[in-house]
Amino acid sequence: MSKNIKHHLTDDLLMAYAAGNLPEAFDLMVATHLSLCDHCRARAESFDAVGGCVLEDQESAARMSDGSLAATMALIAQGAPIAKPAQPGCSVLPAPLQDYVGGNVEAIKWRSIGMGVKQAILPTTSEATARLLFIPAGAAVPDHSHNGMELTMVLQGAFSDEVDHFARGDVEIADEDLHHTPTADMSEDCICLAVTDAPLKFNKLMPRLFQPFLRI
Amino acid sequence: MNHADGNCETRTEWVNHVARIRDAQDQAAFAELFQHFAPRVKAFLIKSGSDVTLAEECAQEVMATLWHKAHLFDPARATVATWVFTIARNKRIDVLRKQRRPEPEDLGWGPEAEPDQHDIMALQQETAQLRDAMTALPEAQRELIEKAYFGDLSHREIASQTGLPLGTIKSRIRLALDRLRHSMN
Repeated sequence: MSKNIKHHLTDDLLMAYAAGNLPEAFDLMVATHLSLCDHCRARAESFDAVGGCVLEDQESAARMSDGSLAATMALIAQGAPIAKPAQPGCSVLPAPLQDYVGGNVEAIKWRSIGMGVKQAILPTTSEATARLLFIPAGAAVPDHSHNGMELTMVLQGAFSDEVDHFARGDVEIADEDLHHTPTADMSEDCICLAVTDAPLKFNKLMPRLFQPFLRI
Repeated sequence: MNHADGNCETRTEWVNHVARIRDAQDQAAFAELFQHFAPRVKAFLIKSGSDVTLAEECAQEVMATLWHKAHLFDPARATVATWVFTIARNKRIDVLRKQRRPEPEDLGWGPEAEPDQHDIMALQQETAQLRDAMTALPEAQRELIEKAYFGDLSHREIASQTGLPLGTIKSRIRLALDRLRHSMN
């Protein structure tokens, strides 16, 4: 649990997460942030409460078919689905990310994208992309802007850009208007989760050439 | 306020129903919960785009999940309706959108983490007040919120200014989370 998170998720993202309307990659970002941030977890659960009220106060309920209770009891008698074993807290990757990586940091299958920066794309539906980024201590990700929305959350180390300084649990929300060059702190290699709903646009010639095979 | 107090007792009653399932596999308690919530879950899924047969099947699965997960329900953080909503929503994402649903890390239960009655009552009452406030919203705004929760709005269409009075309930949940964290240390 990180108590010093300064950069949080917005109400519209939390409400869309509670309502179940986000692309899978964004769900992963929200679930990962909530694992570290009780402030946003409480906000998200209050949006769940709105869903509870909507469910409760629908104008017309549907009629269940005859024998549905008995059918449900039969379903219950088949036993509970096997619960996932509890994951240890305090690791670099919170539990929802470990599900996608298949383990902790050691299990990440990094691919180099140049200048020491590495990435690993996570398996989500294609409406949006989730990837882990590794930025060596002191290194920078090339200057880029975005067609859509990009969320970047720090998991290890920290980075700074034109906007502010971001440490573990902090989320930077970038839109079309932001051109930025995130630079990792000198003290430690930086690992981030980054989610985009449209491809990035790099502002220098070289990185743009790489873009098709980077899939970012 | 009076209206909220009036609602409060029935809400706490559902809490006891879940406890009876958790502690004694009480089928009578389950039958009452089923009668109240299963038709609502079914209607919710139909409004979210499911056909009637699939909605029936999923509503049964949602209610079976309620039984199996009764030990995980935390009445200091959610009403039974809120909890059922989250199970139904996840079922919708899984079955209708065919998408995985990443959930935050479980907080789990510490040895003395059983929430106290005051916390439970306060949360249940604040949710009742939220419900009243939602009923009192202008029709257009209420419809927008319903559309969002039935899955008819994309995340880009959901406005951040909902006008919902979430301040109190938010701090109440925050308090419950703090206590839970504290009891685990």
